Amino acid sequence: MTELMESVVFGLYVFTLAAFVGYQVIGRVPHLLHTPLMAATNAISGISLVGSMVAAGGHRGTVATVLGTIAVAAASLNVVGGFVITDRMLRMFKKETKK
Amino acid sequence: MTTELFVQLCYLSASILFILGLRGLGDAQTARRGILLAEIGMALAIIGTLLRHEIITYQWILVGSVIGAAIGTWISLSIPMTMMPERIAFSHAFGGLAVSLVGISEYWHAQQEGLTLNTLQITATGFEVVLGALTFTGSLMAFGKLQGFTPGRPMTFPGQNAFNFGLIAATLGLVGYLIAFPHAVFVFYAACALALVIGVSLVLPIGGADMPVVICLLNSYAGLAASATGFALKNNVLIICGALDGGSGFILGMMMSKAMNRSFANVLFGAFGATPEGPQKQLTSTGPAPNEATVEDAADVLRAARSLIVVPGYGMAVSQAQHAVRDLAAVLKLNGCEVKYAIHPVAGRMPGHMNVLLAEANVPYDQLFDLEQINDEFSATDVALVVGANDVVNPAARTDQSSPIFGMPILNADAARTCIVLKRSLNPGFAGIENGLFVKPNTMMVLGDAKKTISAFTHTLKETA
Repeated sequence: MTELMESVVFGLYVFTLAAFVGYQVIGRVPHLLHTPLMAATNAISGISLVGSMVAAGGHRGTVATVLGTIAVAAASLNVVGGFVITDRMLRMFKKETKK
Repeated sequence: MTTELFVQLCYLSASILFILGLRGLGDAQTARRGILLAEIGMALAIIGTLLRHEIITYQWILVGSVIGAAIGTWISLSIPMTMMPERIAFSHAFGGLAVSLVGISEYWHAQQEGLTLNTLQITATGFEVVLGALTFTGSLMAFGKLQGFTPGRPMTFPGQNAFNFGLIAATLGLVGYLIAFPHAVFVFYAACALALVIGVSLVLPIGGADMPVVICLLNSYAGLAASATGFALKNNVLIICGALDGGSGFILGMMMSKAMNRSFANVLFGAFGATPEGPQKQLTSTGPAPNEATVEDAADVLRAARSLIVVPGYGMAVSQAQHAVRDLAAVLKLNGCEVKYAIHPVAGRMPGHMNVLLAEANVPYDQLFDLEQINDEFSATDVALVVGANDVVNPAARTDQSSPIFGMPILNADAARTCIVLKRSLNPGFAGIENGLFVKPNTMMVLGDAKKTISAFTHTLKETA
C-alpha cells in the first residue's frame, strides 16, 4: 500500500469512528438542550482555527497571510462567541427552586 | 520531534475533551461543566498549534484572533435570545468562510511554490472549499430569511430543482477535473464560484418554518467542510471535530424532519407552503366560524382552571411573549392552577428554540415537556393555552388524509377541556392550510398580539383576585 493510500485509510478510520461516537453522544442530548448543542458544536467547529493559524502565520506570501488572517478572525469569532453564548444559555436553564 | 509529539498529544486531549463536553450536554445538570471541558480542549488545540514549526510569525494570528474574539464576545453577550436562530445561521456562515479561505490559501500557496498536491490533498481541498463556500452563502441566505432581509416564503421558479441538480453536477464535474489536473487554477476558482451560487440557490425555495432543518443541515455541511480540511492537512483533530459537528447537524436535521413526518428530500426540494393548491378556502365561508372570544371571557376560563398546558409556537418568539407567559403562569399558580409547557420539536425556527426562550424567562426546565411526555395529559387538562402555534396543533394531521401535514405528530391541544388560542389574525399558518382546531366548539380564539393579550389576562386576573 502506498503512503498516500495509508493516510486516506487512516483518515477514514478516524472520521468514521468519530462520527459513530458523535452519533451515540448527540443522540442522548434532550430536546431541551438542542439550541445550546448547536451553539456548542458551532464553537467546536471553530477548530478550523488550527488550519487558519498556519495559513496566517506561515510566511506563505501576502495572499495567504491576508486570507489566513480573515480566516483566523472568522474562526475565533465562532470559538469565543460560540462558547460564550452556549454558557449564557445554559446558565438560564434552572430547575424549580423549592420555597 | 518532542515538540511534534507534544502537539499531537494536545490534539488528542482536545479531541477527547470535545467528546466529553458534548456528552455533558446530555443533561442540563452537567451541561455547563461539559462546555468547560470543551473550552479547555479548544485551548489545548490552540496551544498545540502555536507550537508548530510551520508557524513563523504570530502578529497576524494575534490581530485576527483579537478582532474575532472581540466581535464574537460582543455579539454573544448582547444578542437577544429571540434572535438565536439568526445568531446560529450567522456563525455557520463564518465557519464556512474560515474553512474555504484556508482551502484557497493552501491551494494558492501550492501553486505559488510550484508544488503538486497529491490526489488526497486536492480531493480534500476541493471538497473543503466547495462545502465551505456553499455553507457561507447558504447560511447568509438563511440569516436573511430569518431576519426578514429576504422574503421568508419559499421562492420558486420553474425547473428549479433541475437547475439546482445541474449546478451540483457541474460543480462535482469541476472538482473531478481538478483531481485529474490539480494545476487547473481556473477550474478551482470556477468550482468555488459555483459553490457560492449553490448555497443561495438551495436555500431560496425553503420557507420559514422549514428553517430548523436547513439550519441543521448547514451545521452539518460546516462540519464536513472542517473534516475535509483535516484530510487535506492530515490533521486528526480537524477530522474528529468535523465528524462530530457534521454528525450532530445531520442527526438534528433527521429529528426535525421526522417531527414533521417528511423526508429530508421533501424539505429541501419540496418548496413546502409555496403555492397552496387550488383556491384558498376561507374558514368563515365554508365551515363553522371560529369561536372568537374576548379577553374577559378567556380570563374567566383561566380563573376557573385547575390545570393548564401552554403550547408555545413561533408566534411567541415574534411577539417576545415569553416573559408575559411566565407572569401569567405565576398568577395562575397563586390561584391554585398547575402550569406545564408542551414543546413540539419543530416549534420555532430552530431545534430547542422554545426551550431557550422559556428558560430566559426563568421558567424552570422541569416544567417543559416534550411531545411524547405530555401528549396523553391534555385530555385530563382544563385549559390548553396555544401561544402563536398553528400547524403543530392542527388536528388535520391526525384525521385528514388529504392534508399536506397528515401524519405529522401533533400536540393534542384539542383534547383539553377548553383550548384558548392566541393568534395574530385568522390567516392560515405557514403550511397554508386551515386549522380545524380554531372552529371546534371548545376552542376560544383571542386575536391580537400574544404579548399584549397575555398581559391583559394577567391584569384581569390580578384585578379580580
